[in-house]
Amino acid sequence: MILTVAWIVPLVGAVALAAFPRWSEARARQWAAAMAALSLLALVVAWLGFDPAGPLFQHVDELRWVPSIGVAYRVGVDGIALAVATMSALVFVAAIVYPVDTLGQPRQYYAWMLFLQAMSLGVFLALDLLLFYVFFDLTLVGMFFLIGRWGHGTPQVSALKFFLYTFAGSLLLLLAIIGLYLSIEPHSFDMRVLIERQPLAGTGLYAGLVFLALMLGFAIKTPLVPLHTWLSQAHVDAPGPASAILAGVLLKMGTYGMIRLPFAMMQETFAEYSLVVGIVALVAILYGALVALGQSNLKRRIAYTSINHMGYTVLGIAVAAAMFSDNLAARQLALTGATVEMVAHGLITGALFLICGSFWQRTGEYELDHYGGLAHQAPLLTGFTVLAAFASLGMPGLAGFVAEFQVFAGTFAVYPWLAVLGVLGILITAALFLDMLRRLFFGRLPLHLGQFAELKRAEWGVLGVLSLGILVIGVYPRFLLTLIEASSVLLVGGR
Amino acid sequence: MPIGDLLPEIVLLVGAVIIVLFASFAPQERQAWAAGLALVALALAAGFSLLQWREPPALTFSGVWALDTAAVATKLLVLLAGAVAVLLSPDWMRSDRRHGEYYALCLFTLLGVIMMASAHDSMELVVGILLSSTASYPLVAYHRGFKPALEAGMKYFLIGALTNSLLVVGVVLLFGLVGDTDYTRTAQVLATGGDPLALSVAVACIVLGLTFKLAAFPGHAWMPDVAQGAPAPVAALLTVAPKVGAAVALARFVSLLPESQVWPIIVALIAVVTMTLGNLAALQQTDVRRLLGWSSVSQSGYALMAVVVIGAEPQALSALLAFLAAYALANLAAFAVVTHLRGRTALEDYHGLGRTQPIAAAILILALLSLVGIPPLVGFFGKFLLFKVTIAGGYGWLAVIAAINTVLSLFYYLRVIAVTMFKPLEGEVHVLGRWSWLALLVSAVLLLAASLGAEGGLGLMEAIRLAG
Repeated sequence: MILTVAWIVPLVGAVALAAFPRWSEARARQWAAAMAALSLLALVVAWLGFDPAGPLFQHVDELRWVPSIGVAYRVGVDGIALAVATMSALVFVAAIVYPVDTLGQPRQYYAWMLFLQAMSLGVFLALDLLLFYVFFDLTLVGMFFLIGRWGHGTPQVSALKFFLYTFAGSLLLLLAIIGLYLSIEPHSFDMRVLIERQPLAGTGLYAGLVFLALMLGFAIKTPLVPLHTWLSQAHVDAPGPASAILAGVLLKMGTYGMIRLPFAMMQETFAEYSLVVGIVALVAILYGALVALGQSNLKRRIAYTSINHMGYTVLGIAVAAAMFSDNLAARQLALTGATVEMVAHGLITGALFLICGSFWQRTGEYELDHYGGLAHQAPLLTGFTVLAAFASLGMPGLAGFVAEFQVFAGTFAVYPWLAVLGVLGILITAALFLDMLRRLFFGRLPLHLGQFAELKRAEWGVLGVLSLGILVIGVYPRFLLTLIEASSVLLVGGR
Repeated sequence: MPIGDLLPEIVLLVGAVIIVLFASFAPQERQAWAAGLALVALALAAGFSLLQWREPPALTFSGVWALDTAAVATKLLVLLAGAVAVLLSPDWMRSDRRHGEYYALCLFTLLGVIMMASAHDSMELVVGILLSSTASYPLVAYHRGFKPALEAGMKYFLIGALTNSLLVVGVVLLFGLVGDTDYTRTAQVLATGGDPLALSVAVACIVLGLTFKLAAFPGHAWMPDVAQGAPAPVAALLTVAPKVGAAVALARFVSLLPESQVWPIIVALIAVVTMTLGNLAALQQTDVRRLLGWSSVSQSGYALMAVVVIGAEPQALSALLAFLAAYALANLAAFAVVTHLRGRTALEDYHGLGRTQPIAAAILILALLSLVGIPPLVGFFGKFLLFKVTIAGGYGWLAVIAAINTVLSLFYYLRVIAVTMFKPLEGEVHVLGRWSWLALLVSAVLLLAASLGAEGGLGLMEAIRLAG
């Protein structure tokens, strides 16, 4: 029940916001924050009740929906899903609480936020392929309205491009899901059955096509080079909190989907192509970092580092899928690392995009050249940005390091060359973040920034919580690793 | 003669005759009462059709009339579409002081469509198509003083005359080859062989004739004009009812053909061209009704996917009807919104609609999203079943093309949605009246109920079979 509560509560909150036209802005925001926090609380309860020694999927709920085509309402989590879902809920709470200009339509803004939260959590909690697809698509609808209505620049063009591009990916996904569904007798969308039976093992071309469609669908969402071109424009024109959700939560659906569908349900096929996937991930790591280094627009630069970081996650997944390698421990390590990277990236990039939002609210400008010397003017802002940037570049003691260390340690045991080349990505990331910090906060303060205001309480409160998460995972990752390892052992080692 | 088997059709016929008589004698201010009569006739016909649902598939009247679940499902769907269109009409037609016979024409159109879907004999098919065509020509041009309506009616008539005569040529050729017009006999004779060239020509003519009613390539050209120029309730009716009837008629007809006719490939090609053409044309429309017309063309293309695999996949027929039902509900809701907004048609007039008419805008958005196939709306289930039977029937490439087309279609549907939500309001929004509001709500409730009750609907669709 607890998982159902976790995604229904925000949905109820959204409906209530839509139904009560008289609520003021403050009231709407408090209500939305309360609903989002309740949902987070439900996931924390689920976490506390999760038994690491138990079966793969726990807290399972099942209800009849459309039995004649094998669809049912099925939700449940393994450690990976629970970790990602809890992180997502936290990012949503942060994004909702973070102050933003709602352009005179606060109720609609917060209603779409809560709707998006419900649908996003649904993606991570669903145990039914069709339900997964339903949630996956509805997140697009939510994001479309958030970008189109509350974005800046050319928001409607960006929203349309975002929707079309990612919807193309999700249709490929639908074809692949139908392919998986038809491969099993009796036809079923139950993920547990599909994971257990591995229906496509040894079907050659058919399995290859389904795998290709699945991976293309998820690669657009993740995004992997060369399917990343929707990302930067959507980010630049989205309002700050929506960007935080786009990078922190929506991108995770791509990599989470890779773990849940192709990795778990088609192990044999994935093993065959794991090197290819690994090389694509390496390209994303290096290309994302290099392009980010070349950006002079703050938000665009952070958007491209997402491509780089999601590359680490995909690399970890590819290594974990390399079934021919008998180094079980290394593969588990890579999968755990990939999941920690998802959680860490969600928190870190969420914080960075919220910071971008603060910059926009103050000056309406993302160009790095517009800024400089803010360290004295806004010490809190400087502090939080430095922390998030260092976490993002993989500084030991912060969350990013834990993830990247595990991914590369696992990769080194299976594909040493990929690891050696991939580490270069970290080097470039370090360069680009240090350059960004220098241009934002150091040097001379330009005259037009004399009125630049320090963070308000709501802003530093939110950033403080996210930073705390980053620190805790960096210093004491055990609580997270126990949860994730419980599932990665089962998924990789087969028990 | 088993007259009882024709009860729904007889009710429609008698209803139409009563309406004509009523309209001739009733005073002007009571002409709208004919709508009530039409609704009663539709309800009675639907009731009698429901009684036929449970009976085993059978042929009646010496095998020329099919009484099977496919025919009954078509009847119910078409009658429902007719009811919504009739409900939309009184407010729309208020300014026309003698419009009682309008409702009779609606009933005749529906009767023709039902004949198409139930025909188990090629002559019967011709009669059905001609009846539905002739009854709907005057409907399209009902506003005699409105130039676009006349143009649409003319185009509809000319294309109809051409394709209907081709159809008759095809039927005559087929008769010459087989020596009978009965489908059962036709299938038997064709299975033993015959002149393949003559048969190909006959099949080509008949399929062409059906593409007219289906609004599929190459007989599709009337659809956008009718959607734009005809009275909006008529557009709602004609984008839905003939398509359903023709799709079932086509499914019935191609099931007769021998393997040597490579009809699945030909139908597949028609499907590809229809959906692609419809979507590409819709992309550049700045007129919402015309856009819906082109979208209706592209939806015919999707529906044909199920016809392609009708011989290979036992579930194809239920997928076809499920898709058509989902399409019908969504399209009716969309046209109900257009009608309720007094037929406003230019895309610019929809700017900021979400602010003044939030409910109408919400229904329009739901309808359009259902046409795209965004889950969990009913359109998704229809499209899902289509994709499923197409892939299972070995036409994976067709499903891929349909998926690409769906993305294309999303572009223009989203454009409409975006202007209603994102653009500032311009000018005032006038709405029609209480009846159209009621019809709008009914269509929205139907759409939502079908989405939530997808299980029940799919369960019913499982039972759909062709007789013979």
